[in-house]
Amino acid sequence: MATATDTHHHDDHHDHAPPFFQRWFFSTNHKDIGTLYLVFSVIAGIIGGGLSVLMRMELQNPGMQYFADGQTWNSIVSAHGLIMVFFVVMPALIGGFGNWFVPIMIGAPDMAFPRMNNISFWLLVPAFLLLGASAFVGEGPGAGWTIYTPLSDSQFHPSPAMDMALFSLHLAGASSIMGAANFITTILNMRAPGMTLHKMPLFVWSMLVTAFLLLLAVPVLAGVITMLITDRNFGTAFFRPEGGGDPVLFQHLFWFFGHPEVYIMILPGFGIVSHIISTFSRKPVFGYLGMAYAMVAIGVVGFVVWAHHMYTSGMDVDTRAYFMAATMVIAVPTGIKIFSWIATMWGGSIELRTPMLFAIGFIALFTIGGVTGVKLANAGADVVLHNTYYVVAHFHYVLSLGAVFSIFAGWYYWIGKMSGRQYPEFWGKVHFWLFFAGANITFFPQHFLGAQGMPRRYPDYPDAFWGWNMISSLGSYLSAASVLVFLYVVYRTFTSGERVGANYWGPGATTLEWQVSSPPPFHTFEELPRIR
Amino acid sequence: MATPMATPMEMTAGAEPPAPHKHPYHLVDPSPWPLVGAFSGGAFVLGIILGAHYGNWWMLYLGIAAVLTTMFFWWRDVLKESNTPGIHTPIVRIGLRYGMTLFIASEVMFFVAFFWAWFHYALYPSQVSGAVAPAVWPPKGTLTFDPFGLPFLNTMILLLSGCTVTWAHHALLNKDRRGLIVGLAITVALGLLFSTLQAIEYAEAPFKFTGGVYPSTFFLATGFHGFHVMVGTTFLAVCLIRAIRGAFTPERHFGFEAAAWYWHFVDVVWLFLFVCIYVLGAGEIMQH
Repeated sequence: MATATDTHHHDDHHDHAPPFFQRWFFSTNHKDIGTLYLVFSVIAGIIGGGLSVLMRMELQNPGMQYFADGQTWNSIVSAHGLIMVFFVVMPALIGGFGNWFVPIMIGAPDMAFPRMNNISFWLLVPAFLLLGASAFVGEGPGAGWTIYTPLSDSQFHPSPAMDMALFSLHLAGASSIMGAANFITTILNMRAPGMTLHKMPLFVWSMLVTAFLLLLAVPVLAGVITMLITDRNFGTAFFRPEGGGDPVLFQHLFWFFGHPEVYIMILPGFGIVSHIISTFSRKPVFGYLGMAYAMVAIGVVGFVVWAHHMYTSGMDVDTRAYFMAATMVIAVPTGIKIFSWIATMWGGSIELRTPMLFAIGFIALFTIGGVTGVKLANAGADVVLHNTYYVVAHFHYVLSLGAVFSIFAGWYYWIGKMSGRQYPEFWGKVHFWLFFAGANITFFPQHFLGAQGMPRRYPDYPDAFWGWNMISSLGSYLSAASVLVFLYVVYRTFTSGERVGANYWGPGATTLEWQVSSPPPFHTFEELPRIR
Repeated sequence: MATPMATPMEMTAGAEPPAPHKHPYHLVDPSPWPLVGAFSGGAFVLGIILGAHYGNWWMLYLGIAAVLTTMFFWWRDVLKESNTPGIHTPIVRIGLRYGMTLFIASEVMFFVAFFWAWFHYALYPSQVSGAVAPAVWPPKGTLTFDPFGLPFLNTMILLLSGCTVTWAHHALLNKDRRGLIVGLAITVALGLLFSTLQAIEYAEAPFKFTGGVYPSTFFLATGFHGFHVMVGTTFLAVCLIRAIRGAFTPERHFGFEAAAWYWHFVDVVWLFLFVCIYVLGAGEIMQH
């Protein structure tokens, strides 16, 4: 990766931040907008994570404990999924860290379209309000985050609640598309002199691939939810068999978006983890180009594997064979990444600070999720495991223990840079171990439940599944406790965190953000850095 | 011969004014429009929900008005900046090109969804789940348009408008102010003509909007295209006004180029619609 020479700063009179209201509501500054995204994501994360604790409380014992009926349950399941995907993981990784560090890492003073950057953030607010309000309207939107028809159609969801959720996705989607165009333009057009694509830090590579996935996948989601909205409200029959329509079409269109979407959530995490592993091993990333092009390969192949989510929808056997083979191909570039991270650590001078713990945790747990993913890719095996807790365990290993670990890794890695104050190391480690234990205790038993046949999205189960469900619920309470520790870490960081200089991680941290002060001036790079 | 282009002050050919920073990028001043625009968008979608469920459309009108107002002021600011020397440097202008290209790419993917729906039903109708073999497309009993009636005329109109917008572009590059204005005016007129003929076609449709999956795919695919024609026509009309005011120079006229790109995109979508939906997808042709 590139090293910077000659970056110096003048905190001169040009560095005025605008007054409070203009600064935070009319912002055109990538760092401020990144901060807004991160704050938004933490708030949404507490709400979305709180819903998951509610669900585990219900599932702790057989029988109905807290939920009045299955529809309420379904609404909570759906809200948890939609919030975590669109309002926690994406805003944190792309809007938050992407906004903060893509311009700095490529030596640019801001994003290409700063105003559009701000509307990308603010669109999330009405979107989140619509989604939140939908839970209190009619029967609530209880069709899962995949909003499959006919369940999401007006026959089963007649009230405006489902439309509110769908339009919430429209707004969040518009936000994502504009953000994607912004990132691609910034990365392709605003790199500092000498910052060629092959010198670009891996986090920037990850954001470039992610942005392309967003740009090409999210409009298809917009199309399919538009069809669903017109089916529900204006009498079309895209997915209605009585008018000649086909619900399976919905699944194809949804997953053509939905599969790239899961890579959208994990690729920025790949980028963050690469930086952290390199920094705390004091070695450059092993196989830099392979790492970059592995992400490109994952992005490209990610567009042609969507129907592995639909093995039980009645596709013919040849189609299933294709999607099975194509899906397993993704294990190759993913393996390149896993082994290159291990090779980066190999022989390195490893320092187990909190970000490194989260990054190593990410590698271990993401690998578990990846391996169960290869298993689920088998069309034959998936017919048995489809819609069971095995799938729930799989995607929580790659998301809750993958993407969310990478968010925390990034937070601990960069909070000193963003705030100028370092987090308390001891409490950071307490947070890591509590969360690591809690998340694994929550999700590992779900493999067993799924393999034994427990279906997902039900508030009740036969007594035979009691034991592992109890353990899983206890794990989720531990994770919830770890969130309290995290909030304490945030509090300590901002009230009594040690003030830090430009590069508080030492010689392992080589990218451009470590050349500027902590926090960086309001406008970074009044003078462009030159990259060797 | 050609009338010389009107040139805004301090924008003479070739001379690039010095940037206000030591770097060539545009650091935008804080702006209220993103915030206003986001909540306008929220009001707009809430308006559709309130209208569809309660027959109460005032929120939708409010939302549309707010979105249009935001667009007006936001782009007014962009034009102000473009007319301020030193802001839209060459590299910033390249960024605008990237932005427009990527926007059009995302629009292409939006249309992919509707073409996908069409082909899902059209290619193997008997394989559609729930279909009674041997199923056909268009569904039995559906009368369709004669592709070589109004749709073919509309194809010719859009192709001609593609030529006239290119004429306008060449006139602009050759400092032929009159050619620019006339070419653009004809393009806008052809765009309006297309929309009018499309409205007439819709009025004569032998199937109803709510008549099942054929009209669903037909009306949403062609309808969203029609909406994009109207957006493109508006974009070109704004360019026409700017051309009359002398806002474009042979060196700097990205607003015009973006409108032309968008217009060609709309044109290409129509060609696919014409070939796939009107010609290949024709069933029993309706008779007048």
